[in-house]
Amino acid sequence: MTAIDATHTGFVPASQADPTAFVRRVDGHNELDLMVRGASCAACIARIETGMSEDERVESARLNLSTGRLALSWRGEPEAARELISKLAAIGYPATPYEPEADSDPQMVEEKRLLRALAVAGFAMANVMLLSVAVWSGVGEMDASMQSLMHRISALIVLPAAAYAGQPFFRSAWQALKHRHVNMDVPISLAVFLACGLSVYETFIGHGDTYFDAAAMLLFFLLIGRFLDMRLRAKASQAARGLAAMQAASANRVLPDGRIEAIPAREVVAGDHLLLAAGDRVPVDARVVEGEGELDGSLVTGETAPVAAQPGAQLFSGMLNLDAKLVIEAIADRDNSLLSEITRLVEAGEQSRSHYVRLADRAAKLYVPIVHTLAALTLVGWFVLLGEPRPAIINAIAVLIITCPCALALAVPAVQVVASGRLYSEGVLVKSGDSLERMAGIDTVVFDKTGTLTEGRPRLVNAAEISAEQLDIAARLARTSRHPLSRAVADEAGMGETADKVTETPGGGLEGEVDSVKVRFGSARWLGLESGADPHSEAWLCMDGREPVRFRFEDQLRAEARRTVKAFKQRGCRVILLSGDRKIPVDHIAGQLGIELAFAELKPQDKIAKLQDMKADGLKVCMIGDGINDAPALAAADVSISMASAAEISQAASDFVLQGDRLDKAVVAAEVSKGAKHRVLENFGLAVIYNMIAVPLAVGGFVTPLIAAIAMSASSILVTLNALRLAR
Amino acid sequence: MTMLLWMIPIALMMGFLGLVGFMWSLKSGQYDDLDGAAQRILMDDEAPLSDPAMSTDD
Repeated sequence: MTAIDATHTGFVPASQADPTAFVRRVDGHNELDLMVRGASCAACIARIETGMSEDERVESARLNLSTGRLALSWRGEPEAARELISKLAAIGYPATPYEPEADSDPQMVEEKRLLRALAVAGFAMANVMLLSVAVWSGVGEMDASMQSLMHRISALIVLPAAAYAGQPFFRSAWQALKHRHVNMDVPISLAVFLACGLSVYETFIGHGDTYFDAAAMLLFFLLIGRFLDMRLRAKASQAARGLAAMQAASANRVLPDGRIEAIPAREVVAGDHLLLAAGDRVPVDARVVEGEGELDGSLVTGETAPVAAQPGAQLFSGMLNLDAKLVIEAIADRDNSLLSEITRLVEAGEQSRSHYVRLADRAAKLYVPIVHTLAALTLVGWFVLLGEPRPAIINAIAVLIITCPCALALAVPAVQVVASGRLYSEGVLVKSGDSLERMAGIDTVVFDKTGTLTEGRPRLVNAAEISAEQLDIAARLARTSRHPLSRAVADEAGMGETADKVTETPGGGLEGEVDSVKVRFGSARWLGLESGADPHSEAWLCMDGREPVRFRFEDQLRAEARRTVKAFKQRGCRVILLSGDRKIPVDHIAGQLGIELAFAELKPQDKIAKLQDMKADGLKVCMIGDGINDAPALAAADVSISMASAAEISQAASDFVLQGDRLDKAVVAAEVSKGAKHRVLENFGLAVIYNMIAVPLAVGGFVTPLIAAIAMSASSILVTLNALRLAR
Repeated sequence: MTMLLWMIPIALMMGFLGLVGFMWSLKSGQYDDLDGAAQRILMDDEAPLSDPAMSTDD
């Protein structure tokens, strides 16, 4: 069984990895965090928590239903972890250990800070409105001293609140100004500053109208927009971390005295001897010390042919051990393994992507000069007209306050939150808001082959040429093996009996007895046969005194691949195939799907070069892939999509992750992104209409604090409602 | 109108208490598992309260 097609199904559920490596000892207790799959209802909480507490060693078990994480703590041996996890699996919830992120996770800290700022701004707005409404409705009746008192109390509330809640905007505006840019936060900060400054002046010196309420309201609405944006990112990265935890890597270290110890993969150092069982992934770059066998490197290199391992052979992290037990010696720690080289390429790609200017920032570029020119003209105009500075300054500031891009700052995040919420329900994970913007503009879709367009595992294709009896005999042997070709045969035959006295020769095949007749099933080389001429993967069945039978295997197309390619073509996108595999299978797949442009035998660097050529031709490229070898290309494309079964690093490098490996959801992502872009533009349109009404009023000197309050809240509510239309 | 001198501080104080309450709830992790909290209320207590009118068999 030498020829093996790509096998992503060899993915080892981390529950098979030793969980003891992830147990933390805290003064006599053992603590472990688990990612639980399938917990989604009240009954799940009860079943899991009571199920765990039945074990008398367990001190506490608490499931967080929102994140699917279970925090366990127990007394006694850390080794009980394995037992507890298998008990959890027996209840019906497979779980995998993971390392909890530190409390100082910057994203969590930032989110909490925004939420606190939002609460303070909300408090200030509500209480100042209480006073402002009294002032507005008391015009003509309220005496000057009372009005002045109201203004002073307002100042007391708003000034500290604005100083606290406005920080996210002030900081970002300051950063932008320092680098000689303008972003939306510049006019926002200016408006808040001027509104507060003018109001302080009017309260203590001028005794005119104050805009404290406007400043608090601006901050409140703007912080809602900012918070929504933050939530979106946090939710996506949390889900991504969850996926990463599913692949929690551990390694089995062989100690000098021959004992075996489970450790997290990142603790492996160069020189460690590690035991690699069949079905394990190579945790770090390593050299084989003992054992012979074959490894599947398709996730690493994109090549579907297996890599032979004998003592001295070099292995790369991410390769999957197919059949034999190997002892390997680490030649690098995790951070210096092949993964880190890929990571560097990914970072380089992401930097090129950061040149993308977000729609909101592009709007700010247009918006800021216009508004500031208008304010300056107002100042000069009124000064010339009246010859006094005070009304001129007040009117100019009113222009700046009322044009503050409140609706604009809410317009984009509101739409993106609604759009990504819809994509979540469709099974598409969105990494950031601007990936939706980039996705809306694509005109070229680049697919990887293995694992993306195809299922990434071999299937028996010539079942019709094989008699039922022969298939049954082969299946009896195959059911005992984890080898991908054996699994393909077992899948084809279904459940059944196994042969007697089966032995497996790594890199060769299986040998056993069926009804006391010796049978062998394996590679042509092992059996001493001539292998077939076509490029298919193959295995032969040999029975004493009979003609050997050839089994042919092929990586099958995903059921929805054809539909997906067609849908993208109908939307006017060019479809291109870039693969690391050999030319014949690549051309075959391209022909089946009707893809005209297909490139084979590409290394990761070649894929990047091809993408950069396309980008240089002005194409907007969306890359869809899954392997580690695709990760740099995913980062280099304008926008990228990966499968949920993809390598961790590829998921990190891509903008969208398709849950359940449903390729056709990529079309949905494109569709919703397009819808989101329309809504954003509509919202910009609404903001422009608002300004066309409000600005002449402000320039003309008719804007009172009451009018400012009504105008600003009305426009904010309008854009939010428009964004919500996308949910349907 | 002197009433206002009492009412405004009282109103502000109540608002401020609400703000502090929110900050406290945020800090004590009450928003960490919104879905779980909604479901936990439907769960039965582990041990039913003993009811003398009922027989003691399970």
